[in-house]
Amino acid sequence: MKKSKVFWGYAVIALVIYAVVQLLITTEVIDLYYKNMLITMCINIMLAVSLHIVIGVTGQFSIGHAGFLAVGAYVSAIITTKLMLPFPLAILLGAAAAAVAGLIVGIPTLRLKGDYLAIATLGFAEIIRIIFLNTDYVGGAAGMQVKYLSNWTYAFFGVVLTILVISNFTNSRHGRACISIREDEIAADAMGINTTYYKVVAFAIGSFFAGLAGAIFAHNFYIIQPTTFGFLKSFDILIYVVLGGLGSLSGSVIAAIFLTVVSTYLANFPETRMIIYSLVLIIVMLYRPTGLMGTKEITQLFKFGKKGGTK
Amino acid sequence: MTGNLLINVENMGIQFGGLKAVQGVNMYLNQGELVGLIGPNGAGKTTSFNMLTGVYTPTEGTITFNGLKLNGLAPYQVTQKGISRTFQNIRLFKELSVLDNVKVANHSLAKHSMWASIFRLPMHFKGEAEMEQQSIEFLKIFGLDVYKDELAKNLPYGMQRRLEIARALAANPKLLLLDEPAAGMNPQETHDLMELIAFIRKEFGLTILLIEHDMSLVMGICERIYVLDHGQLIADGTPEEIRNNPKVIEAYLGEEVIG
Amino acid sequence: MEWIQQLVNGISLGSIYALIALGYTMVYGIIKLINFAHGDVFMIGSFIGFYAIAKWELGFFPALLLAMLVCAIFGVLIERIAYKRLRNATRIAALITAIGVSLLIEYTTIFFRGAQPAAYPEVFKNKSLDIFGVQISSTSILILSVAVVLMILLQFIVHKTKIGKAMRAVSHDADAARLMGINVDNTISATFAIGSALAGAAGVIFGVYYTKIDPLMGVIPGVKAFIAAVLGGIGIIPGAMVGGMLLGVVESLVSALGFSLWRDAAAFVILILILIFRPSGIFGKNAREKV
Repeated sequence: MKKSKVFWGYAVIALVIYAVVQLLITTEVIDLYYKNMLITMCINIMLAVSLHIVIGVTGQFSIGHAGFLAVGAYVSAIITTKLMLPFPLAILLGAAAAAVAGLIVGIPTLRLKGDYLAIATLGFAEIIRIIFLNTDYVGGAAGMQVKYLSNWTYAFFGVVLTILVISNFTNSRHGRACISIREDEIAADAMGINTTYYKVVAFAIGSFFAGLAGAIFAHNFYIIQPTTFGFLKSFDILIYVVLGGLGSLSGSVIAAIFLTVVSTYLANFPETRMIIYSLVLIIVMLYRPTGLMGTKEITQLFKFGKKGGTK
Repeated sequence: MTGNLLINVENMGIQFGGLKAVQGVNMYLNQGELVGLIGPNGAGKTTSFNMLTGVYTPTEGTITFNGLKLNGLAPYQVTQKGISRTFQNIRLFKELSVLDNVKVANHSLAKHSMWASIFRLPMHFKGEAEMEQQSIEFLKIFGLDVYKDELAKNLPYGMQRRLEIARALAANPKLLLLDEPAAGMNPQETHDLMELIAFIRKEFGLTILLIEHDMSLVMGICERIYVLDHGQLIADGTPEEIRNNPKVIEAYLGEEVIG
Repeated sequence: MEWIQQLVNGISLGSIYALIALGYTMVYGIIKLINFAHGDVFMIGSFIGFYAIAKWELGFFPALLLAMLVCAIFGVLIERIAYKRLRNATRIAALITAIGVSLLIEYTTIFFRGAQPAAYPEVFKNKSLDIFGVQISSTSILILSVAVVLMILLQFIVHKTKIGKAMRAVSHDADAARLMGINVDNTISATFAIGSALAGAAGVIFGVYYTKIDPLMGVIPGVKAFIAAVLGGIGIIPGAMVGGMLLGVVESLVSALGFSLWRDAAAFVILILILIFRPSGIFGKNAREKV
């Protein structure tokens, strides 16, 4: 079957990238600075793709994604640093906790539309952040120290898993149901799609992978603080999806990679970075609202695996 | 009444705040009938459709479909029970292809679960292949299979209307509600539409309720007609009876009632 | 008596929220846009007031008027440059652009003057007045009076002037208003101007009352003022006033009850509750989407 050839093609490419980078890290050709950038890139890709399924695929304008990042970060940190349990378990539980948070936030808010949904998600993210801010068990405002357990392996396979699951979901009748909701929720309802169910599912999947990213994030920077998970972080993630194109998974990936590089180089000039980011948002919305890729995927540009014309 | 009663509407009405948009509507359709619902603008026709399909919940009356009470069901549930509809202003999924538009309507008929799709289990491939094949076959019936990969937004108007009807049928309904399917069509297109409606009714064994302003279409194909004005039924009967009904003529005062 | 003091604090804070909320509600009412950058206009007003009072030694009222004027112009500029093109775009596109404008204003300010806070000098000798046995600061009374005067002025403009009538017409039905000969573009700009002027006034009042200001001060009050507008009924002017006052009082009470760390959360909890149980707000009516 042609489809499985495409899949194994991608799998091989992924393994090659993984192995090459891992080799360069182990032999210290890639130093700590670049290793950090690569891991950050993976985290940002996970965040971008997980937001993409909510906004890009299902059309639900959620701008509180940092809240789920926070849940994943804090829960996984508690598991490893307070409860002394293994990292893989922490990652799983962090992601699961974030998914539960997604359900709690999603079920009441997903009946709202457009602007109101956006503000409600922002509100919930702030409530989550304030809860952590006021919880002494996780260090309150000062934050919590976290064991350094992340590495390229976890980060890379996290990205691969995220992209794989979300891509598989999207390219199925379930993904189509979500896209139909984005295109016209009333028509989708009329065609037999349980729109509430699918909106919540997309939201939960998005939160799960944001939580996954959160676990990797927490164990990469030695310390996590509530201030990291405020509006600005949610907007950062939003920018990846907007720049990439609302509806394109590969667009989100490309934008996340590109902006991580920009961000890393501008790390010493945070205001400049934010000014550039804000200009990106404004200019993209005014002049190219479809973003870099619109709703197309990069595979459509290269017609990779479409030899023979089957879809 | 001859034939099996498919849908029975008793005393249906809805109130928005203090306004009774529709009240006291009594309608029925037997299996296989083609019935029209007409009335001046703002009479409550689309509102009635919305109640029949679960978009609005009637504040009074009952809707019984195949022995099942529909009041309070969500739109997607009503569709899954066997009622499908088209919209006054076409509501296609613009960024999806023609084929995908139809596949969405097919959604509830497929069986492969979300987990099967995520983990790419055999059930997924089987289910997707079936959906693909069924949808393409379906499009062939409407002559749209050549355009299957075209984005819905790129189709010309007449074809979009046809796709809207095809999509509604892909949901496998027993009762089809058409909301002004001839809007914006010239006489030739309207004629083609009449043939299409007659064809799908026979091919799929459908019962059809039709809102329309184009009287040549209504009088031409409907077996019975209900007339709404200001939210209430003012007349019902055969096209002959309706054409000569003084109340109907008065309601449409100023508009031509042509046969 | 602590409670009464907290209540006075709440009303003072509430009047600041109300002034900002008015701008949100007027803009949303007329073009259905959540102007995320509105909180930053509040911040700019605060800084203009600061420079006017601290550096150029203007009095309170000249500084207030200057801030209002500059903010009005600033608001119109934002509208013309960023939002005008998006009038027919999706709500999401407009909201994303507004977020971009907000970030741009904040970080450009930081770029030029740094992120450090500034302190308003003492503008009024603060006397503690004894009213019915309660100690109330004279500054509280003053800023409350200024806020109330501005709100009354706004009501006058909206209901008794031609431009106010145009604003109301355009928020009901822009196309019909255009057909009646109303210049919709100018009306929208006027709305932004008035809303921004009020936010600027709120900024100066905030500076006088709370002393400390910084470039990111507009973010949280901005969102809270939006919540206040939703609470009162978005698009409804008295709603913004009532919503703002209510929110200010609730926050002060939360603080007074000892939960001061959670006072910010109070606003968000109110928001969630409103959106779930009564999205049209206190004064709002239900609007259905036509199917």
